[in-house]
Amino acid sequence: MPEVTFLEALRQGMWEEMERDERVFILGEDVGAYGGAFKVTDGFAKRFGESRVIDTPISEAAIVGAAAGAAHMGMRPVAEMQFIDFISCAYDMLTNYVATARYRAGLATPMVVRGPCGGYVRGGPFHSQNPEAAFLHTPGLKIVYPATARDAKGLIKSSIRDEDPVLYLEHKWLYRRIKEQLPEGEEILTPIGKARLAREGKHLSIVTYGATVWKSLEAADQLDKEDGLSVEVLDLRTLSPMDDAAIMQTVQKTNKVLIVHEDTRTGGIAGEIAARINERAFEWLDGPIMRVTAHDVPIPYAPTLEDFVLPQTEDIVKASRWLAAY
Amino acid sequence: MTSRAAPTAKTIPATQSTALPAPLSRDQLFEIYYYLRLTRTLEERLVALYRQSKVIGGLFRSLGQEGESVASAYALERGRHRDILSPLIRNLGSLLVMGAQPVEILRQYMAKAESPTRGRELNVHFNDIEKGYLGQISHLGDMIPVMAGIALTFKLRGEARVGLVYIGDGGTSTGTFHEGLNLAAVQRLPLVVIGEYNHWAYSTPPEKQFAVRDLAEKAKGYGIPAVTVDGNDVFAVYEATKLAVDRARRGKGVHFIEVKTYRRKGHAEHDDQSYQPKEELERWARENDPVDRYVARLLESDLVNEADLKEIDDRVRLEVDQATDACVDEPLPAAETALPDVYVDPPAADKLWFKAL
Repeated sequence: MPEVTFLEALRQGMWEEMERDERVFILGEDVGAYGGAFKVTDGFAKRFGESRVIDTPISEAAIVGAAAGAAHMGMRPVAEMQFIDFISCAYDMLTNYVATARYRAGLATPMVVRGPCGGYVRGGPFHSQNPEAAFLHTPGLKIVYPATARDAKGLIKSSIRDEDPVLYLEHKWLYRRIKEQLPEGEEILTPIGKARLAREGKHLSIVTYGATVWKSLEAADQLDKEDGLSVEVLDLRTLSPMDDAAIMQTVQKTNKVLIVHEDTRTGGIAGEIAARINERAFEWLDGPIMRVTAHDVPIPYAPTLEDFVLPQTEDIVKASRWLAAY
Repeated sequence: MTSRAAPTAKTIPATQSTALPAPLSRDQLFEIYYYLRLTRTLEERLVALYRQSKVIGGLFRSLGQEGESVASAYALERGRHRDILSPLIRNLGSLLVMGAQPVEILRQYMAKAESPTRGRELNVHFNDIEKGYLGQISHLGDMIPVMAGIALTFKLRGEARVGLVYIGDGGTSTGTFHEGLNLAAVQRLPLVVIGEYNHWAYSTPPEKQFAVRDLAEKAKGYGIPAVTVDGNDVFAVYEATKLAVDRARRGKGVHFIEVKTYRRKGHAEHDDQSYQPKEELERWARENDPVDRYVARLLESDLVNEADLKEIDDRVRLEVDQATDACVDEPLPAAETALPDVYVDPPAADKLWFKAL
């Protein structure tokens, strides 16, 4: 089995869907001849032609709006945000137009908006963001956030096939860092709405997604070796709709839960997860639901600053020890 | 393609030739008259229902703008899977031309369970893409990129179909208007944009909205052919739109038509219009009503007599009466129908725990 990177897995997923379904097309900034800022669509224009890999002006609202119009007509657009930070320019179009279309007007809008998100890469305030919380709050959008190469492929394919609009968040720190052996010729379709148990454990659960899945796994290894603590790690994979059953299952198993995300703290998704656990599994808890998140500041550029602001493996280790001892 | 002959609030055309300029058959002339009359009569009925508190939300009139709405839509190819337009709040006439039924409009305004959106959305915010109309959302400008996406699909599929989208003078100040127009221009999409210069964006006059004289200048900034026409002259709007639609259909890209008109009612029915000069309102009503002008042209032409028009008036009144009777006593939607259809899967939002207490 060939070893592929997260980025290559994502490419394969889109490529296969474009081969399979001629309604699928890509639009975005520099996605065509140049192949995208991170080369995710490298070679696509050559294979599928300029009419299916469309270079657009720098107009995120128009990119998302045009994708919506095409989706209404039965197309399957995949809109790229060059960096996900720029999705805020399309916030109105996504939240007011796209997300409401089925409910208010019975309009099918099967489309994917995808783009590189996340920090740990010295990108500074506008190339490091995690926008999921802003969109989790919007009924009508689905949000997926793969952590593994297999899920990068399986979730882009499922997102393209979904009947509703999906926001696909791809962590740029994972693009070339994560490698996995993926079988050729196997159709990988990761179901939307299902979490993945990334590591089994019995003393404490970490609920997380994206890049911090890997940091949590690293922390779990360290805690196992140094403390004899058995830590379970749940990779949510889909943020909307959230896999409540999987979350409650791990809470009921370990009775202690640490929620880890890279996004800033206040109004972050950890708050929503904590509320759900409180409402549904309060009596199963042997300790407070705790959070490890970014500090509530814009993401700074300098390595010393960024490393301090974003959650690190060591932070997760220390927080886990604290909670285990509670 | 530019014309500077458009009237503004201060320049209303005094004379017109008696020949009918557009190549429209007698049946078509009647059909246009029917839609003009239907728009006005239906809105008058909605006012009555509004005053009886049967209209749930606001009521938006297109009085004085029916001509440009009907004439522009009439230039499209209609029928299943033909051209598609996206109307604004004052384009009831366009919607009717594309085949929306008066009973659907009435049900929408009265939030009936049987309304096209089952009580979820307001007034003209509904759609039937097969018939050829896509309802707006309230965020002005957003329909330009969306209609660009529809026109893009026509282009990608090699279909000889055209999209048409309206934008008000105020709406041209939004970012999505500019982004959408520019994207459509770059892609040479089969899209016709009707810029409605009706002089009032809620209470804001043009001079506080933009520093150009004509909206057409904005379109020209994107390399789009743009004309300015008398929006209350049904024939002028029809001709300009037909030309643009035909060109767009032949692959000549985006076209912009500015229609100079005037909003004779307030933003919505609650609005007392205190900011609109009374003599300006009166002058437009007296001298430049699009339906009056259309009727005068028809009667001058000898093709049509007053009895023909009276017959249409009677038919329209009967249709509006029947549509009202059919739905006025219908129920509102059942409360729990609020939950389904946010997604295909899951099929409904969860009913919250305290509702079961």
